[in-house]
Order: sequence, then structure tokens, then C-alpha cells
Amino acid sequence: MTSLPESKPGAKKLGLVIDLDTCVGCQACATNCKEWNTSGHMAPLPDRHPYSAGQEGVWFNRVHSYEAGDGEDGRTVHFPRSCLHCETPACVTVCPTGASYKRAEDGIVLVNTDMCIGCQLCAWACPYGAREFDDDQGVMKKCTLCIDRIYNEHIPEERRVPACVSTCPANARHFGDLGDPDSAVSKLVAERGGFELMPELGYKPVNRYLPPRRAPKADAGPPKDAGPLPSQITNPLLRWVDKVLSR
Amino acid sequence: MNPAPSIVFFTVASGAGYGLLFWAGLLRPLGWVPASPGFGAAAVGLALVLIMFGLLSSMAHLGRPERAWRALSQWRSSWLSREGVAAVVTFGPAGLLFLSVIGDHTALATAMGLLSALGAAITVYCTGMIYASLPTIRQWHHPLVTPGYLLFAAFSGAALLAMLAGFWGQAAAPAAIAAVLGAAAFLLKRVYWASVDGARPVSTMETATGLGSIGKVRVLDPPHTETNYLLREMAFRIARVHAARLRTIASIAGFAAPAVLLALALVTGGVLAGICAFAAAALAMVGLMAERWLMFAEATHTVALYYGADARG
Ligand code: SF4
Ligand code: SF4
Repeated sequence: MTSLPESKPGAKKLGLVIDLDTCVGCQACATNCKEWNTSGHMAPLPDRHPYSAGQEGVWFNRVHSYEAGDGEDGRTVHFPRSCLHCETPACVTVCPTGASYKRAEDGIVLVNTDMCIGCQLCAWACPYGAREFDDDQGVMKKCTLCIDRIYNEHIPEERRVPACVSTCPANARHFGDLGDPDSAVSKLVAERGGFELMPELGYKPVNRYLPPRRAPKADAGPPKDAGPLPSQITNPLLRWVDKVLSR
Repeated sequence: MNPAPSIVFFTVASGAGYGLLFWAGLLRPLGWVPASPGFGAAAVGLALVLIMFGLLSSMAHLGRPERAWRALSQWRSSWLSREGVAAVVTFGPAGLLFLSVIGDHTALATAMGLLSALGAAITVYCTGMIYASLPTIRQWHHPLVTPGYLLFAAFSGAALLAMLAGFWGQAAAPAAIAAVLGAAAFLLKRVYWASVDGARPVSTMETATGLGSIGKVRVLDPPHTETNYLLREMAFRIARVHAARLRTIASIAGFAAPAVLLALALVTGGVLAGICAFAAAALAMVGLMAERWLMFAEATHTVALYYGADARG
């Protein structure tokens, strides 16, 4: 069913919190995502010309790098982009076949590739570019929030997080229940002023981004070295030099 | 957006087909078009051929065409599904209309004609809403998009009907309707272009990244050095190169010139009227292809913002 599940207060909303302050743009999350998912729930993630010019393929996670602001306030920001598992996503409601759906139990947005006709309307409907078409199979592919890891009882409990989260060397990615105000991720969002992407479009993304921390103000600067007062300089030559240089 | 030829062709052909079906179904009972079975069969037959071609062409766009029947299931939420259901349902009365005009069953033809006209209008409305309901593309998420689809279908259908009626020497009524609709289409498209050109985009690189609080955002490094699906489909820009010229072609050749030719057909009558109506219909179809191409080529998708497109595209 491509009608959205009724959203109840306190319902589970699994998602990611991505820290733009600590992300170093190393692409590890994107690589491990590709690695896991090419044999996971949505497998395979095809590649064309993988070893030559013109390489292109399906990825669920893409890490952009931006510059924001100018001068001293300017920042370089690495920006991972993947499905935000929106609360009211048009990618689901536009789907004519029922292949796209949002799970009532945890809010994860998935594609049933056995039902998808490859009309690609859902990719048009996603503002965030989270859906990529698999030309080989003729069906749509997208992030599953690693549904085959987070509930997987065959792997140790500490590994039951999305592949991107498990691999991030900078601890810039956090996974949890954003529907629970007391969860670690919700607290992190509250503490750091986490924000939604393009809230104006009304998709109500579940994933949140934490803003880069403000750089210390330049005028606060390092403390000046306290030199001797002119009256403390006894040597007339040095006093003259000090006077000239202090002008 | 990438103007996939199959979609451009589909929406123009099926739009004209539904427009033709609409007017044929509506004007026959009124006696405004030739009453002969031959004319009825030609009009309804051409409409059905255009609709079929359009549908086949849209199926060619699917990754898994053999599963197309599944698209009829989600009419509760999806305009694409509703369009599919409306199209399939409309085939019923349209097929019966075809048979009843050939068999000269006037009462049945009238009833089926009216039902076909209703079905045609609903189907084209759904087509328009597929585009108009997407908040990701501001040029589509516009109040004039669905009225445009309806008007262009009605106009091209009336022009085709005038062309056919011209062969029977009775083009007056459909020519008059098509001339008025052509003028209206010309105006609507002008107003639409002025509106989308002047509008401020809601989403920008700053809202897409949420980094606007720091300042202006620009791309430092792209996430991949080669192209990908998103860039090919959603951030397609090459087609915009000839936008200005195509706008002129669409509005002049597609709407204004046919409207004038159809008005000429009205005053001249006879063989000349038939020639004018034929030329008008041919121009309208060419112009509408340009219009539909632009509808895609000029559409900017929010995902392009992540790759550094300025908000106007
Ligand atoms: S990010 Fe895109 S694909 Fe994911 S739920 Fe939102 S609209 Fe759908
Ligand atoms: S491409 Fe597949 S999942 Fe997407 S809207 Fe079409 S049928 Fe649904």
C-alpha cells in the first residue's frame, strides 16, 4: 500500500543523525554502504564500466563537500546525503504499484523490487536524490537503513547498526529512534540544534543534521605578550628603539 | 529534467487522442460534425490509435513493462495509478462508441460518446496532476500546469477534429472551437512562463544543505567524478540551451498560427478551409511536441541543488 501509515505520537522513527562538525569527508560510509548493500536486501547495486572511464553505478549514500560563508566565518563542510526516511514522503504516495512503502512499525521507507515497474516517478518525487534506478534489473533502489543488519540476530549486538554508522572513523554518524525524545540521538539533536533538510517542502525528514560548531571569534585571539612598560626600560638607546617601534 | 522522448511523445499523442475523443463524443450528438458513420469511425478511430500509441510509448519508458498491470492498484494515493485506471476504464465506452458509430446506433453512440468525453477529461486531468503534485519541481508544482494539460489536449483534439471534418467539407464548428482554444492556450502558456520566470524558488542550496546560517553555500568537491542517474535524469541541462527559440516555436507554431489558420478556415470555407484545418492540426502537433519538450527541459529538480545548480537551474 502506498498510502502512508497513520503516524501515532511516540511511534518508533528509526533514522540517522549526521554530525557535519566532525565529518571529515573520507567517503568510508559511502564505501561500506555500497559494500554491504550490494549483497544485502536491495542487492545488487550495479556498476557500469567499473574499471574504466565513464564508471557509474547505484549508491545509496553520496558524500558532498561544500564551502559555506566567507572569510573568517567560512567553513568547509563535508555532507553525506542519503534517504532521510521521511514521515510524509511523496516518493511513497506517488508509487502506482505499491512497491514503495513506509513501514508502520519503525518508519523505514523501502522498495519491494518484485513489484516495482521501474516508472521512476518516486525518484522524481524525492527532493533529496535518495533513489537511484537500477538499469540492469529495471527497478528502483534505495537506502534500507540496513534493515538486514539492525534486526539481524546472526551478528553481534554491537554491530546491529547501519553499515555507514559502524564504519565512520570520526563518529559523525549516529543511529537510533528519533520518535523517542529520551533516546541518545534525540538528546544529541536537542543539545546541538539538529536540523531538517528542506523543511519547506513538507516531507518531514526523520534524519537530522548537526550544524558545524562556530569557530572561536577571531578578535578573542591569543593573549598579547605583556612587555615591560616604557618607564621600566632604563637603557636610553632601548627606550628610544621602543618609542620608535611603538609608534 | 531529462525530456525522455517516450514521455514527450506519450503525453502529446495521448493528450490529442483524448481531446479528439472528447470532442467527437460531445459534438456528434449535437450535430455539429458530419453524422456519417465514415466520419465517426475516422474520428473515434484516430483518437483510439493516438491513445494506444501514447500508452505503448509510455510502457516503453518502464523498466519492467511486463508488470505494468500492477500500476492499476494504488489509485488511493497515486495520480499515476489513477491515470492508468481512468485510461483503462475509458477504453470501454470508447470502444463501444467506435462500434456504435459504425453500426449507426444513434442512441448508443450518444450515450457512449458522452461517457467517453467524461472519461477522456478525467484521464487528462490525472495526467496533469501527476506533474502538478510533485513539490520537487517548482515549474510543475504550479496552478496552471493541470489546466494547461487539459487545455492543450482539448485544443489539439479540436484541431484534429476540424482537420477530419474538413475532409467532409464541414469543418466550421470544430474549427471555431479549436481557434478559440488555440488562442486561450497561447495566453495560458505566456502567463505560465511569465509566472515561473518571475517566481523566487522556495528551495536553495542553503535550505538543501541547511548551511544557510553560516552563509552562502558553494560546491567544493562533488561526491563522484563521473555522471550518475541523478545527474542524467534530474539535473539535465543541455536541453535548455535552445529554450528561448523553442518557446517561440511552441507558442507561435503550436498555438497562435493554428488559431489564425482555423479562423481562416471559418471565413473561407470549401477546399481552402480543409487545407487550413489540415495545416493547423499538423502545426499544433509539432508545436505541442516543442511545448512538452520544454516542460521537461526547463523543469529544475531540487536534487540539482546538491550538485551546485543555482536555484533557477
Ligand atoms: S529521502 Fe527521498 S526516498 Fe527517502 S523517504 Fe524522503 S522522499 Fe522518500
Ligand atoms: S519506480 Fe517502482 S517504486 Fe518507484 S514509483 Fe515506480 S513502481 Fe513505485
